[in-house]
Amino acid sequence: MEAVLHDSHHEDHPTGLMRWFTTTNHKDIGSLYLWFSLLMFFFAGTLAMLIRAELFQPGIQIVQPQIFNQLTSMHGLIMIFGAIMPALVGFANWQIPLMIGAPDMAFPRMNNWSFWLLPVAAILLSTSFFVPGGAMAGGWTMYPPLYIQGGISYDMTILAVHIMGLSSIMGAINIIVTVLNLRAPGMTLMKMPLFVWTWLITAFLLVAVMPVLASVVTMLLTDRHFGTHFFNAAGGGDPIMYQHIFWTFGHPEVYIMILPAFGIISTIIPTFARKKLFGYTSMVYAVAAIAGLSFMVWAHHMFTTGMPVAGQLYFMYATMLISVPTGVKVFNWVATLWKGSISFETPMLFALAFVCLFTIGGFSGLVVSIVPVDIQLQDTYYVVAHFHYVLFSGSAMAIMGGIYYWLPKWTGHMYDETLGRIHFWLTAIAFNVTFFPMHFLGLAGMPRRIPDYALQFADFNRLVSLGSFVLGASQLIFLYVVVKCIRGGAKAGDRPWEGAETLEWSLSSPPPYHSFTVAPEVK
Amino acid sequence: MADHAQTYYVPPPSHWPLVGSLGILTLASGFILLLAKVAAGPYVMGVGALILIYMLVGWFGSVIREDRAGKLEGQVDTSYRWGMMWFIFSEVMFFGGFFGALFYARVFTVPDLGADELLWPGFVAQWPTAGPGLKEQFTPMHAWGIPALNTLILLTSGATVTWAHWGLKRGRRDQAKLGLILTVALGFTFLCLQAYEYLEAAFTLKTGIYGATFYMLTGFHGLHVTLGAIMLTVITFRVFAGHFTPESHFGFEAVSWYWHFVDVVWLVLFVFVYWL
Amino acid sequence: MRLRKPRTIRPPSLLAIVLLLPLAALADFQFPLNLQKPVTIVGREIYDLNTVINWICAGIFVVVFIPMFYALWHHRKSLGHQPHHFHENSKLETLWTIVPFLVLIGIAIPTTAVVVDMKDTSKPDMTVKVTGRQWKWEYEYLGQEVKYISTLATSRDQVNNKAPKSEHYLLEVDKPLVVPTGQKVRLVFTSADVIHAWWVPALGVKQDAIPGFLRDAWIKVDEPGTYRGQCAELCGVDHGYMPIVVEAVPPAKFAAWMDQQKTQLAEAKAAASKEYALAELVAMGEKVYKTNCVSCHQANGQGLPPAFPPLDNSKVVTGAIEGHLSTVFHGRPGTAMQAFGPQLSDLDIAAVVTYERNSWHNKTGNAVQPREVAALRK
Repeated sequence: MEAVLHDSHHEDHPTGLMRWFTTTNHKDIGSLYLWFSLLMFFFAGTLAMLIRAELFQPGIQIVQPQIFNQLTSMHGLIMIFGAIMPALVGFANWQIPLMIGAPDMAFPRMNNWSFWLLPVAAILLSTSFFVPGGAMAGGWTMYPPLYIQGGISYDMTILAVHIMGLSSIMGAINIIVTVLNLRAPGMTLMKMPLFVWTWLITAFLLVAVMPVLASVVTMLLTDRHFGTHFFNAAGGGDPIMYQHIFWTFGHPEVYIMILPAFGIISTIIPTFARKKLFGYTSMVYAVAAIAGLSFMVWAHHMFTTGMPVAGQLYFMYATMLISVPTGVKVFNWVATLWKGSISFETPMLFALAFVCLFTIGGFSGLVVSIVPVDIQLQDTYYVVAHFHYVLFSGSAMAIMGGIYYWLPKWTGHMYDETLGRIHFWLTAIAFNVTFFPMHFLGLAGMPRRIPDYALQFADFNRLVSLGSFVLGASQLIFLYVVVKCIRGGAKAGDRPWEGAETLEWSLSSPPPYHSFTVAPEVK
Repeated sequence: MADHAQTYYVPPPSHWPLVGSLGILTLASGFILLLAKVAAGPYVMGVGALILIYMLVGWFGSVIREDRAGKLEGQVDTSYRWGMMWFIFSEVMFFGGFFGALFYARVFTVPDLGADELLWPGFVAQWPTAGPGLKEQFTPMHAWGIPALNTLILLTSGATVTWAHWGLKRGRRDQAKLGLILTVALGFTFLCLQAYEYLEAAFTLKTGIYGATFYMLTGFHGLHVTLGAIMLTVITFRVFAGHFTPESHFGFEAVSWYWHFVDVVWLVLFVFVYWL
Repeated sequence: MRLRKPRTIRPPSLLAIVLLLPLAALADFQFPLNLQKPVTIVGREIYDLNTVINWICAGIFVVVFIPMFYALWHHRKSLGHQPHHFHENSKLETLWTIVPFLVLIGIAIPTTAVVVDMKDTSKPDMTVKVTGRQWKWEYEYLGQEVKYISTLATSRDQVNNKAPKSEHYLLEVDKPLVVPTGQKVRLVFTSADVIHAWWVPALGVKQDAIPGFLRDAWIKVDEPGTYRGQCAELCGVDHGYMPIVVEAVPPAKFAAWMDQQKTQLAEAKAAASKEYALAELVAMGEKVYKTNCVSCHQANGQGLPPAFPPLDNSKVVTGAIEGHLSTVFHGRPGTAMQAFGPQLSDLDIAAVVTYERNSWHNKTGNAVQPREVAALRK
């Protein structure tokens, strides 16, 4: 204890801006990640509002097609790399040391750099709207040869992806090492909170696939500027090769965004059911199985590229298998609720909505895993509905639930429960009004990424746009609740949720600057 | 050693990450200007690279000082070991992407194009190829000249660095010094031969999929050898400066792990890029 | 517990009413809920598969969520329900791993048959090569020498809300793909520039068109009719404006249509050897410009710089004819400017070049003749 304080001069860290620029404290860095994520969430959300405004009725009203393509591309890219992933890393930073009884992350200085690379990437992406030709408009998946045609912003996007990848890899290594090496004495792997487990596996996925993304966007860059022919048939290359390598990254990436959300939900549900998680062991194995399968199913994003029959069948069977461990998770959550003592605070409302709505996303995932059906649904609004059910009502709503859950611990204040519930109901209802009709649009034949559509899609689109405006506006309540909670409110006490059992609740709220200067004993 | 959790070294606030971010921002901006054919591009890149080098020197400098002060022992040492291993794993996956492109092109793309009589009549699927549209004749690189020699050089350097490690562990510092000098020399010899091979090559980066995969794989490997050789040089200086003890010399080990990794990548390269 | 209970559940229910009101108001509108009516074997198989899987999903949903909502209602803390401490039950856990697995096998078996059927493009009665281009489709009847481009027929005024929208807004083309009913038609797909996807929902076909590669699919349309679809892979600015229309006609009618195409082709060849006056060329050129050039270079010739440069007062357009012609004919590799040589007839190219050279502020007075274009083909 003495050694730590003396060595690292923690008590006289810089104040003001320099505190945030130079901090090596996992809680400061966690907060930075979360604020950054919230900023990007509103930025990319604004892009979504513009998309929906244009799609409010047929014809071109607000933005020209070129701008529209920029909006959809950047909305996807920023939501994924700027909002969802940093938010989850923010949780990891705040919670992992607290939950395993560590003093900090394993590499506190590198932790700082992992974060401060993100604003660099954000600067590149946001300024790319103002360069000649506008922002990248090739879709977040950046498929060549379309990507090869783009202007200077396409290069900015590639470099931003490299930088975000660097940040993710460093962050993931930090998390893996922290979990493997810094657990309190007595906390065996199988005693770790499930949130830590999900992040350990997620971090492994990150280290494994972010470099693959870096390599494939490097090939894009050299195809664009240095005369290579990776994705050009004339030179013996293949545009489909890009898709294979990209989705080798891309499918695990999908689970990178959902596994920590599983972890958050598996923390919240037992707390408010006042009952232990039903099958901890099977939950751990299910997460590991999902992660393992994620490396074997990538080409289900490419059924319409025209693979041979054997390829289509293999990728279909493998994809269908994923629903087994995913089902195990849902069954476990339901079994945890069974005969509990359930109460419905805001975090629990988000968790329960997650279980229902994520399951809908899981079912639509099963539907599109069926090759012939996917042939009809690939690149339609059905797919847009599917991934918003897993990414918004999945990841984003788990993140919101997690914020409400831990905000009392982080700030020492209770959030405004009434406003929290209003935020929840508005979000949950508006979300479904926005995204459920998209299933029908896709079935009826509306392709995604189009700025204008045929008349038979008009009525659903108007409804969807109305829902989305409510959904967007409700998030301002979230911002207000968070700011209000940070600024003050009822004192939270060390353990505001009586059902919460993980280690962080044994500390004061907010926790001391060094989380565990003395490692707690775990029995 | 006292209870590890109580002495886990948490470094004080540091400005190096911020400097690093500024360096990367400058470097990336310069590169974008270069690609946009703005004359200032290379200069901005230069400034970015200098900032980045300044950061690396400063950051690793503080790590070395912390190491010398004995703060990186015990549990921290374990963290560094894990960290380095996962870093190397991520590098393996980076090369994996490029090898994936090579295998995909050879196993699927080129045979597909060869079988396509409607779009590419007369194109015969074979490796190496510059593709059906470029119609370029070229002489591919032969495995059993310089590349084989280079394989020998890198394998030998792997042995010398291990020999240096034995010396360090047994307290024979002269053996460590000699081993390291030999390794660095072999590393730079490899790079010189590789540069010579590039200059003599009868094809370029633009020679279809063969040229693209050849130069990107060997190029990124060469870049890693360069980094490894620079790191080995630093370690050599540190050995001469009396750093490291027979029990604690993780800096040395990390670099030698990295060197072995570069070695293994070369072997795979040699087999699939040059030989088969 | 420090938490205050909310005094009432009014806010959520109020909200629900507010949100449902517009729903009620929209009740008269058109809300298609399912896949379009299929007219091919594969299309029907897909339709049925989708129905079955949706019912299975609905069934599982009910089975899983009835216990959950039962628990949420009955095992509430506010009812004073005490938690029962039980966890891990290997029998139950094995059961809920194995049962879904068996359900999956049940789904996989019929699906596999459809996949095999879908991919069986052997023994076709005829083959059509479909080439995607930014942003139109080219159809070539292999072995018949009939080849044409199919582009959006909806006017830009409709898109820009300056004219009322037609019934098949954005789903209408100038020349549809014509196929005979009851015959197995193999479609081979490729692209001239970026990846497109040819998709007609009623036919149950969606296939990416990949530059430099061939992919195939097949259709056998049961009943005559007009079937509409769209490009389904993001392909640039006008991705939303490259529809597909397939006209299925009885075989006899198809044969007549084919003969007519061949006659027209011969006439076009004859027309190309004629000499045209400036005004004639400009009038024809304006039409060609409206279908092929306007989305990038715009109706006023100002383009959308920097990606799409202006033609008005352009050095290329007002400079030597050869340079201008060559740019249109060969395109500009590495930019969005395509090679129109393989897409348009000699007369069309001559006309559009003449139009560009004599429109807006461009007043060169040149009349470019088809034979000058024909010279480039050699």
